[in-house]
Amino acid sequence: MTIKTDIKDNEIILAIETSCDETAAAVIQGGNQVLSNVIASQIQSHKRFGGVVPEIASRHHTESITGILEEAMTKADVSFSDLDAVAVTEGPGLVGALLVGVNAAKAIAFSHQLPLLPVHHIAGHIQAARLEREWDYPALALVVSGGHTELVILQADGEYEVIGQTRDDAAGEAYDKVARTLGLPYPGGPQVDKLAAEGTPDVKLPIAWLEPDSYDFSFSGLKSAVINTLHNAEQRGEVIPPENVAASFQQSVIEVLTEKTKRAAEQYQVKQVVLAGGVAANQGLRHAMENMFASSSVELTIPPFSFCTDNAAMIGAAAHVQWKKNITADWDLNGVPDLTLY
Amino acid sequence: MRILAIDTSTHVMGIALAEDDKLLAEYTTNFKKNHSLRLMPAINQMLTELEIDPKQLDAIAVAKGPGSYTGVRIGVTTAKTMAWSLGIPVYGISSLQMLARNGRNFQGLICPFMDARRDRIYTGLYTFDGTYLKTEEKDQIILLEDWLSIVKEKEKPVLFLSQEWNKHKGMIHDTLGDQVRTGDFSMNQPHPESLLALAYEQEQAQPAHSIVPEYAQMAEAEKKWLASKEGRGYE
Repeated sequence: MTIKTDIKDNEIILAIETSCDETAAAVIQGGNQVLSNVIASQIQSHKRFGGVVPEIASRHHTESITGILEEAMTKADVSFSDLDAVAVTEGPGLVGALLVGVNAAKAIAFSHQLPLLPVHHIAGHIQAARLEREWDYPALALVVSGGHTELVILQADGEYEVIGQTRDDAAGEAYDKVARTLGLPYPGGPQVDKLAAEGTPDVKLPIAWLEPDSYDFSFSGLKSAVINTLHNAEQRGEVIPPENVAASFQQSVIEVLTEKTKRAAEQYQVKQVVLAGGVAANQGLRHAMENMFASSSVELTIPPFSFCTDNAAMIGAAAHVQWKKNITADWDLNGVPDLTLY
Repeated sequence: MRILAIDTSTHVMGIALAEDDKLLAEYTTNFKKNHSLRLMPAINQMLTELEIDPKQLDAIAVAKGPGSYTGVRIGVTTAKTMAWSLGIPVYGISSLQMLARNGRNFQGLICPFMDARRDRIYTGLYTFDGTYLKTEEKDQIILLEDWLSIVKEKEKPVLFLSQEWNKHKGMIHDTLGDQVRTGDFSMNQPHPESLLALAYEQEQAQPAHSIVPEYAQMAEAEKKWLASKEGRGYE
């Protein structure tokens, strides 16, 4: 691209996120000032299907994208001439959903001859921490969402090293499946969290620690164990209180997440730990992380709820790193559903 | 008045730019390759060569479907977002009407169609009154067999225009016999300049926000959901 990026610190970025079922736009200044953060959630529409339907998500994005963008610009009280760049989630995510955001971002950047900043969705979740405080390196991020469970080491701005990830289901995915088994409404994750708070973790469930030195995760065995336990009880005509199932499941998930995070924090001698992603809204997980690092010198950052679930403010925060490094995309930018973290 | 036209609703990707009554540029490819990746570089190259700044555009015309769901979304999203950000209106034009325009001057019925899988087609019927295309049967998705019986009852010559003509010509000939007229390869392919011509004919463009794709049918999941809600089987 021939557009010259004029690198300054207080840049204003219009950010777009459409990787799953939220159509989101935000205006971010200097990587941490949220001038606006607008989200159109499609939960009500996908609820009837019991999960996100990619084609429906893509249709909603296309219908609402310019309205959401306009709202973000209006709330931030900026015009196109105030913008320094346009940022967008390049991937990973649902390909048809990503395409709407990517093509909208290209359309604005091209129309106003602005630099186009590509952002990795997970980098977005991690950089949501920037909206809270400056980074203290080395740092560790635990990213937990419906599609991801990853431990990431950051040695410097925008340098991500994935040291552990799920080998099967993401934690949030396991939550949703357990919720469905318990007959809880969609989206199930928050429902399990709520129910778990009322129960006693007295149901014996496995924890997949994997190899002793591994930072990887596995949740499919745990999910199957929950399903089998309920099924077997039903066969015997017994009823296990669902709140106890939820509490036991939640405890298993949280234990492996917090223990591996603590071990990684010690091994890499990090100064900061960030809990990110949609499941960071889980009360049980938040409290466990707070307890785990309460007496440690490690600074724990948990972005507020609204910056944990999918949003565009986090994309703008991550785009700030791209901006500083002058990493721009050409007009052939495309949505990449299985993009690796960069 | 400068209008940029965009069509990505099928394997054909076409863009064109007109200034008043003059077609300044047209670019079309017809092969299965990523429209999402190639559309904006193509627009950039066209405008750069013409030395036209995007801010000098007065309107955008876009093929809004029916067609490939993803393809239509790429074109419509690009068109409506460019238009919104430039403060200009959009002309949303039926992808079938765009194809039907290749048959203007034909004295009979013009039937553009696209394959919609499972023996169905996206289609409509148009006539040309010497100046304008008129809609005889509105755009729809329909079983080819059902459509052909509707067309047969019209008892008029029908010009079929389609990229998928060869796939369905057997059944069409068998059903309609000497009613059938066909076009050459150029007439079977949508041309982006048609969007410009049809945009000029429309009295009013739409505000960018209100442009949505015309899919001609619900998403599969929605059909199944409706069927189960109404307690009936699905297809």
